[in-house]
Amino acid sequence: MLKILKYSFYDLMRSRWSYVYFLFYLALGFVLLFLNNDLSKAVITLMNVIIVLVPLIGTIFGVMYFYNSKEFTELLLAQPLRRSTIFLGQYFGVAGSLTLSLFLGLGVPFILYGLFRSDAIFNFTLLLVTGAFLTFIFTALAFNIALSNENRIKGFGYAVLLWLFLAVIYDGLFLLSLIVFEEYPLDTFSLAATMFNPIDLSRTLILLKLDISALLGYTGAVFKKFFGTDFGLLVSLVVLLFWTILPIWRLAIKSKRKDF
Amino acid sequence: MNHILLHSKLLFFLILIGGSQFLMGRTITICSTCEVSSIKKGIALAVEYDTLLIKKGTYKEYNIVIDKPLTLLGEGYPVIDGEEKGEIITIVSDNVTVDGLFIINVGTSYTTDYAAIRVVKSENFLIQHVVLERLFFGIYLEKSNNGKVYHNKIIGDAVDEYNSGNGIQLWYSHHVQVDRNIVQGTRDGIYLEFSDNVTINNNRSSDNIRYGLHFMFSNDDIYTNNTFENNGAGVAVMFSKNIRMQNNTFRKNWGTASFGMLLKEINDAEISGNTFEENTIGINIEGSNRINYIGNDFINNGWAVKVRGACYTNIFKNNNFLYNSFDISYNSKVNDNIFEQNYWSSYTGYDLDKNGIGDVPYRPVKLFSYIVNRTPETIVLLRSLFMDIIDFSEKVSPVFTPDNLMDPNPLMRKVK
Repeated sequence: MLKILKYSFYDLMRSRWSYVYFLFYLALGFVLLFLNNDLSKAVITLMNVIIVLVPLIGTIFGVMYFYNSKEFTELLLAQPLRRSTIFLGQYFGVAGSLTLSLFLGLGVPFILYGLFRSDAIFNFTLLLVTGAFLTFIFTALAFNIALSNENRIKGFGYAVLLWLFLAVIYDGLFLLSLIVFEEYPLDTFSLAATMFNPIDLSRTLILLKLDISALLGYTGAVFKKFFGTDFGLLVSLVVLLFWTILPIWRLAIKSKRKDF
Repeated sequence: MNHILLHSKLLFFLILIGGSQFLMGRTITICSTCEVSSIKKGIALAVEYDTLLIKKGTYKEYNIVIDKPLTLLGEGYPVIDGEEKGEIITIVSDNVTVDGLFIINVGTSYTTDYAAIRVVKSENFLIQHVVLERLFFGIYLEKSNNGKVYHNKIIGDAVDEYNSGNGIQLWYSHHVQVDRNIVQGTRDGIYLEFSDNVTINNNRSSDNIRYGLHFMFSNDDIYTNNTFENNGAGVAVMFSKNIRMQNNTFRKNWGTASFGMLLKEINDAEISGNTFEENTIGINIEGSNRINYIGNDFINNGWAVKVRGACYTNIFKNNNFLYNSFDISYNSKVNDNIFEQNYWSSYTGYDLDKNGIGDVPYRPVKLFSYIVNRTPETIVLLRSLFMDIIDFSEKVSPVFTPDNLMDPNPLMRKVK
């Protein structure tokens, strides 16, 4: 698996898209810090960008890579290699290189602007961890979609739809259901509903840092416990971990059964 | 005739003696090994305008009644331990000064408001450099005017509202100065009831269970340069007129019923130059009229200003609204309240004629804030892309939010 991971990784490192992705974050980081020298403010802006952009790029890139390297995959399948090794190797190669681009692209400007001397380091770490989780989750979901759909157009369509659903439509439905059932106690439901969407989950992590004063305005014991203590942070991270493991596990199972 | 003359001469002589005593005033030293070893004894021995110099040590006394104009001066913070038996010092005379004492263990009662220092129907008192700990009520001014409470430190350990008292309480006391005190861990840090023309400056009131500062039926008061931090419910100003609130800082009042400042039935007030930072609600306004909000900073609050209704002729001018989750929340009509020339950090308009004023009006009420008012649980959707999209569409054509609620001349740069 490591060998395949290495091949995929190096292959991607040499590809143009990784550089574009890396340069994009580099530019974003520098521009933000240039316009507004305050590190913690820049981290907050980036958090907003990252929860939308990282999933989109992870999805598109994952699907694209899978379809593009199909011939190589088929070649590998002819070798005496375990299937899960091949697919997981490729998956970790893609997700790893994307995460690396993210880390380097944002890390370089922030370190140059004195990250280690500021108190924003915890928030920045949280930002990178959230970004990494989202990359791994959405690349895994994209691989699952690509594996289940032979038709490229269909695969792309589903992938974009998945992103649109989780980033926008889910929140719309969520809001609608909250308003329709407003007569009922909803604080447990609303927290549970955030758990079922990795983008919302990452957003919650940001809210915990940013809007804590507004969140504590709502009466509700569950809310208070979740947002008032470190409990919320812990639960969100654990659920994000689940969200990563689950699609990877399905990828491993599915790839074993699939007929090529 | 001769008799009368003699009498008047005697009277004159007595007045002279009295006057000279006022000028000189004996000093009685009190310490555990001295001739006078207790404060009560010292007061009994003293005549008007004497000074009681209390040396360092512990004095286990309570119910000390000061019934003549005296100065109680502590040296090296002598401890007066009430052993939780009741009130400690009661002042019932004019012109009393209490300086430099360390008073602990005031008795707690459910029927009587025991205080560390109580001033009853007296004038020209001065209470300064006093430290109070383990108290019920701290300094209690009752129908006493023209006094000064200066540079005291009151540190309570209150846990529940029902069995704790206020740090500094004024009841029917006018023309009092409360300056440079530190109050923490009491029920209300500073509480005013029926007290007019009171000046409250440079105090620091924090970690109190209920309000940092609480006004009730008190008019024409001024409070400036105070800091109120992490109080249970912030600062409450209720049923009062003509109050000036300037250059105060309200910070970190978090909770479901927590406010930086709560205004209820306040008329003709001025609120200027204050900083509201990281409160759940910066200012909560209810039934308040003719108030000028000028040059305040609202930074990182959940709601900067929440207007609850029955508010008329309030003017918000030259304020900075910076990075609040919601700038304004409104649940009634705009009425004749005005938002004019404020700086809003979330303003996205432009200024083509470069006069420092944005060319597009700013609407501070977002659709999302309307939704959260209706269904509070939706707060978890804060900052989601979906919300940004519907907020944007509402901004373009307002349907749910009052369309005349806007700042027609938003500033492009922060007010300094």
